[in-house]
Amino acid sequence: MLMFITRRLGVMLLTMLALSSVVFYLTNLEPNLVKLALSDGNMRMTPEEVQQWLENNGHTRPFFVRYWDWLGGVLTGDWGYSSRFRMPVSELLGERLAATGALMFWVMVVMVPSALLIGVMAGMREGSRTDRSLSVVSIASTATPEYVSGIIFTVLFASIFKEWGETYQWFPEWFHLNGSAASATGRSGITFYNFTLPVITMAIYGMGYIARMTRASMAEVMTAQYIRTARLKGVSFRMIVLKHALRNALIAPFTVIMLQFPWLLTGVVIVEAMFNYKGFGLALVEAAENNDIQLLMAASVVSVAVVLTTQLISDIGYIYLNPRIRVK
Amino acid sequence: MDPIGFGAIFARAFVLFWPVWIALSVVMIPSFLFRKQLGLYGSIYTAPLGIFGLFLVMFWVFTALFAELIAPLDPLAQISGMKRAIPGSFVGDESLPYDVYLFGGDNLARDVFSRVVIGSQTVLAIAPVATLFAFMVGITLGLPAGFYGGRIDTVLTFLANLVLAFPVILLFYLLVTPGIRETGIPIYMAGVLFLFPIVFFAVFFYSRYSTQPQILRWQLAAVFVLGAWMYAGLTFNADPLGILSMDANTLNIFVSVVFVNSPTVFRIVRGLTLDIKTRDYVAAAQTRGEKPAYIMLWEILPNARGPLIVDLCLRIGYTTILLGTLGFFGLGVSPESPDWGLSINEGRQIWRSVVHVALPPALALMTLVLGLNLLADSLREQSLKD
Repeated sequence: MLMFITRRLGVMLLTMLALSSVVFYLTNLEPNLVKLALSDGNMRMTPEEVQQWLENNGHTRPFFVRYWDWLGGVLTGDWGYSSRFRMPVSELLGERLAATGALMFWVMVVMVPSALLIGVMAGMREGSRTDRSLSVVSIASTATPEYVSGIIFTVLFASIFKEWGETYQWFPEWFHLNGSAASATGRSGITFYNFTLPVITMAIYGMGYIARMTRASMAEVMTAQYIRTARLKGVSFRMIVLKHALRNALIAPFTVIMLQFPWLLTGVVIVEAMFNYKGFGLALVEAAENNDIQLLMAASVVSVAVVLTTQLISDIGYIYLNPRIRVK
Repeated sequence: MDPIGFGAIFARAFVLFWPVWIALSVVMIPSFLFRKQLGLYGSIYTAPLGIFGLFLVMFWVFTALFAELIAPLDPLAQISGMKRAIPGSFVGDESLPYDVYLFGGDNLARDVFSRVVIGSQTVLAIAPVATLFAFMVGITLGLPAGFYGGRIDTVLTFLANLVLAFPVILLFYLLVTPGIRETGIPIYMAGVLFLFPIVFFAVFFYSRYSTQPQILRWQLAAVFVLGAWMYAGLTFNADPLGILSMDANTLNIFVSVVFVNSPTVFRIVRGLTLDIKTRDYVAAAQTRGEKPAYIMLWEILPNARGPLIVDLCLRIGYTTILLGTLGFFGLGVSPESPDWGLSINEGRQIWRSVVHVALPPALALMTLVLGLNLLADSLREQSLKD
């Protein structure tokens, strides 16, 4: 087991190195650097002045020297300086990651239990009416990307329900939610009104996939021999599901949930841009759109690290949870 | 004049879609009647959800095909006084071919209905073709990786994992930028990725017909002529006949989408190959002395088609979502194109005052993906039955 983890960590480091050099190459392309020079100095620089600026800032050195320089900086804790936000990247990213962490936490709290519930309910009686209707629900949810459900929810909750709340007495006012989460990072903090829409928007897209995996896993477990034995022994259906089937059926979804992270990262970017929530995703968008090379590099490294770490955890967790698998 | 009501709007929209209804009934009614004789395609018609999925997909396919006939107005034309017009507003200009903005006007006074209809063309031209290319790449690399194992497998899997470790959106922000286009990287990538179909088909025919040169000659000639023509047209925009062309923007999007999708296809094909190569018929072919290329392409691949077709459907839907994401962030689309993702984003920015601009493209995208997912699901169920 220790061997396995060490080897996986080695591969992970190699992947990180390879990917960071690719990103470094792509972000430090000539046109981007020239743009950076122009925005840093004044816009009316002559080509010679641009060249001078590039040389002064060490951007004309060979690729590997520059990459090595950057890598050394990152390893010693110097992540560079964000040209968009005018502050050290590490400080900014720390703040932003905390905000995104809060969002992710609530998304997980909403998404995972509901997905597991749907999956288990659908999978425990395969082919039944419940199964069919829940399957349609999960298919529909995987067909609704964040930028579609976000629009539908904002139109519903932030416009139509607001109107109804103002017109009709009987309409509960708490149905009117905020269409923007900008205030969640401000003084008011996270509230039900400003956080519900981003959270359900993200949760819905990921939910269907996890639910379908859980359903498949549950349906497979329900046909296993030991379940039949339990049933023949006279164990009630409820006990079979809760005590015998569930434990084995939840191994596969665990991996799926962990592997959802790369997907959730994309979702975070969309949702944060949509609801104007100042988190990691929005920082990434702003860095990319404003040619903030240092911040974009750091954000890429962080997101790749998150993806690789969750992959590692899912692999280790899978082995740990499933005693039938032994590492050679 | 007062705008027309919602009933009238939908009735008029229904009438405008007349070519689609005709085409749908021409295709779907005979298929339904003869479903028993139509194999896998016919089996879709045995389940209501499958029919519904197929209906949604074909609806958008025919909409894209007949878009010019359906769209009542020019999707790019800005008509004065129609800025953020509410659905059903009258245009009030006799010279125009149609008198009403059915789904209202957007922030630049363009007809939302026509934009959604014309916008379907971009999505349905790029998504299926890009997915097919990704499948070609994934199959061409996945079969040997799974079949031979060893070093090829290690290297290819490592490369696939490299791409998969990137959050998609980040990859797009790095790959679909004007800066990248200046360096020519998309063209190099296209040059490599678009070679795969040619290689695939050449090996595909060679491995089977190498003993029958009179057939093989024609097949290879067809592959290379067609391949070279498409390669020149798509990669270098230099089609001698002038039929195929892709502008730099579209090529960039296309290449990035293929690049993002192929590692996943590679993983699926590799896994299927690992499973199928242990079967008896593969052992039989090996005993017969068949070459590895023949076994991979004519024994393993046909037997992996069930899961692959299902994944193709799902992946086209996923690619549609990706294209929407790209448009949503304004990546690689020209600012006035009627692309769905872009329209959603434009509508989102003004949703506080008008809600109708973002909803039609959002629902269009959702129904298309829903149709593909339902189709994939019913195909999966049908293939499990056998």
